[in-house]
Amino acid sequence: MKKIITSFTTLALAVSTTVAAFAADVTLLNVSYDPTRELYTDVNKSFATYWKGKTGDKVTIKQSHGGSGKQARAVIDGLEADVVTLALAYDIDAIAEKGLIKPGWQKELPKNSSPYTSTIVFLVRKGNPKKIKNWDDLIKPGVSVITPNPKTSGGARWNYLAAWAFAKHQPGGNDATAKEFVSKLFKNVPVLDSGARGSTNTFVQRGLGDVLLAWENEAFLAINELGPDKFEIVTPSESILAEPPVTVIDKVADKRGTRKVAEEYLKFLYTDEGQKLAAKHYYRPINTKIPTKLAKVKLYTIDQAFGGWQKAQKTHFSDGGIFDQITGAAKK
Amino acid sequence: MKLFTKHHNVLPGFGPTMGYTLLYLSLVVLIPLSALVFKTAGLSWNEFLEAVAAPRVLASYKVTFGAALAAAGINAVFGVLVAWVLVRYPFPGRRLVDALVDLPFALPTAVAGITLATVYSPNGWVGKILEPRGIKVAFTPLGIIVAMTFIGLPFVVRTVQPVIEELDAEIEEAAACLGANRWQTFRRVLFPLLTPSVLTGFALAFARGVGEYGSIIFIAGNMPMVSEITPLLILTKLEQYDYQGATAIATVMLVASFIMLLVINLLQKWSRRYAE
Amino acid sequence: MSAPTRTLTAHANGNHRITEPAPVRWVLTTVALVFLALFLALPLAAVFSQAFEKGFGTYLLALKEPDTLAAVKLTLITAAVAVPLNLVFGVMASWAIAKFSFPGKNLLITLIDLPFSVSPIISGLIYVLIFGRQGWLGPFLEAHDIKILFAVPGILLATIFVTFPFIARELIPLMESQGRDEEEAAMVLGASGLQTFFRITLPNIKWGIIYGVILCNARAMGEFGAVSVVSGHIRGITNTVPLQVEILYNEYNYTAAFAVASLLAFLALITLAVKSVAEWNVRENMEP
Repeated sequence: MKKIITSFTTLALAVSTTVAAFAADVTLLNVSYDPTRELYTDVNKSFATYWKGKTGDKVTIKQSHGGSGKQARAVIDGLEADVVTLALAYDIDAIAEKGLIKPGWQKELPKNSSPYTSTIVFLVRKGNPKKIKNWDDLIKPGVSVITPNPKTSGGARWNYLAAWAFAKHQPGGNDATAKEFVSKLFKNVPVLDSGARGSTNTFVQRGLGDVLLAWENEAFLAINELGPDKFEIVTPSESILAEPPVTVIDKVADKRGTRKVAEEYLKFLYTDEGQKLAAKHYYRPINTKIPTKLAKVKLYTIDQAFGGWQKAQKTHFSDGGIFDQITGAAKK
Repeated sequence: MKLFTKHHNVLPGFGPTMGYTLLYLSLVVLIPLSALVFKTAGLSWNEFLEAVAAPRVLASYKVTFGAALAAAGINAVFGVLVAWVLVRYPFPGRRLVDALVDLPFALPTAVAGITLATVYSPNGWVGKILEPRGIKVAFTPLGIIVAMTFIGLPFVVRTVQPVIEELDAEIEEAAACLGANRWQTFRRVLFPLLTPSVLTGFALAFARGVGEYGSIIFIAGNMPMVSEITPLLILTKLEQYDYQGATAIATVMLVASFIMLLVINLLQKWSRRYAE
Repeated sequence: MSAPTRTLTAHANGNHRITEPAPVRWVLTTVALVFLALFLALPLAAVFSQAFEKGFGTYLLALKEPDTLAAVKLTLITAAVAVPLNLVFGVMASWAIAKFSFPGKNLLITLIDLPFSVSPIISGLIYVLIFGRQGWLGPFLEAHDIKILFAVPGILLATIFVTFPFIARELIPLMESQGRDEEEAAMVLGASGLQTFFRITLPNIKWGIIYGVILCNARAMGEFGAVSVVSGHIRGITNTVPLQVEILYNEYNYTAAFAVASLLAFLALITLAVKSVAEWNVRENMEP
């Protein structure tokens, strides 16, 4: 009797392992930020085909999108993401701090683990009635500026820092003039949505504001989706180089046994095919051989202008930081 | 079980039903809510004060409670009017209108939010008319009041309506006989009779408005210090990885809810006694 | 804080008596109707007008989208779990509270009401504090590979929490007003407890139950704030219909967003219709 049970168990085990070995049906969860929805819908399809051809396995990639900070928090609280593709390194650092990602994650993949970059541009109404050409036009009285809340939105932090850096780069510019500039800029902001998509909706659908500070790809998407007859893009004289990084969540991938496919998925973003998709969705591919229609802009990195994300975050966006001071939310 | 000694009660099942009630209540409501209180208890008094009394947080209380108060006030006036009209004046389609009053109970808040934003934004049906006259509703504190008025309306109508229905005709006739005109009758005789129910409805609408989230975020401007409601601020804190701040503010809101409920229950008791 | 209902009211008094002069009546009626039109009818009309903006074909196409179908399925499952659980609780609690007197009754009723007035954000937050990776049970759940937060169980829990009081609060006043004479008579005549409940009490509260269930169901299917906190927003897996509306809205897919929203608006209209019928029947039952 005992023998029979044992052999049954062995058989069952054998069957289950065989099944696992043959029909590898993998699911990955990619937790991303707001404006990448369309990009990753395409990437996921291409990667599934690529992976099927390479290994014969079927891979399904599930997507979750939202404000970058919100998404990082969900991962910290237990959302089982195999990979994250967020708006800025700070949010991924926050996940790494909790031990879910090994330290030094940003060195794992080329170019600070950012397979594509972007920048901040202006979306204005057709004909540019307020004649907005550059950052300093944003602080003129009567100009209404739409941007999301830097406390919760990754894109908004890039917006804010780009404005700050511009002011600092002006003749005689220093931290004090930059603070005044940004302070004036936010006086012109009537609505602070919590995410980039919320702001685009406010500007585009609700007809509020004269200019939207937006991710470059987001601005192009808005024009394509909603008609070039309504909006146009203004590229400022200089802007910030936004590097949205990607990484594998080590703890989850190891637990679920998806490390290999997760790593391949991220590497796929660096292939010509991945880069072409990034270009198609108006991101700036890091591979300069891939053609892009995006205008050349003078761009500087966060490390050059602010000494890295940790420092920028602490000075500007922490509680009581400069953003709180200019909105009056900090104690005087 | 010496709990119900007043009357001899032959009905069975108090033990098991009460036991189940307490068990389910604890599992679903009390234990989860206690998580919030315990998390907050981990803060020192100073940390707690710093979290719940920062200027931005104070401003959000002002916006939330202020707008809820205004919305409840609007509802107290128009809700009584609607209830009065529905009970006293027959007009075609009255039953339909009567049913429609409950719409805010049944319509999901997210749907209410995007439609209110659509109707009241500068290019929406109503916003288009108001905007040129300098009245901005969507994305201002006014928008928050509109959303809270929407969700709070049925509370006032549905608490006042039955009281109006039950008003004794003789009281009004007596007042008329004594030479009072309609307005005097309403002000001196009817209004005092309606007061407890109006107050109850007002308090219900207020409490609902204070906690509301879904319909407001779409229509409020969400500007810190100006149009940011407290529930949104809790979420914002959370997204900045500030768990302690979020739970501390949430605890303040929870205590406020509990106090409001106690007041409402007292009001309801009062109005019931008044009615008898 | 009970959703106020008219279960306790008698029939509207018959033909009225002294009233206001006709012009006053007209003005008051008009003002009331304009107010209701601005705040209730217009938004409702806006949902449907936006949903059908691009024609019926686009409308149907928007509803057939796989992620939307998955959201509908999840929402149906959520309601199918939350409503029966709260129904059982509602019947049990109202029996204990309405048919017996005991100290602390008011406190108990206030506690049952609590989820009504707690902000939905807080309702979601508490589950993060308990089941999150850094929460009370986080390490235990992780060790045993049990997923609650950002998965279907978390959505169910949050929904059960926010819809918890609906049925109980509908039944307690109804059963209180009916007293316990009928049940006592049945018991004296030798019926068992369960027989008494099923033969006497249940028929009396039938419409109250339907009324409570339909309101509870509407809220379960429509909850946004609490579910949004615990969902994780994984497409096709943890998005409910209201979350799907938000997603579509955020994808510049306004027509589709309003198409899906119109499903919820239909649900609201059906709820109102059933509610009216139930209310009418409750009133009938209340007649001595």
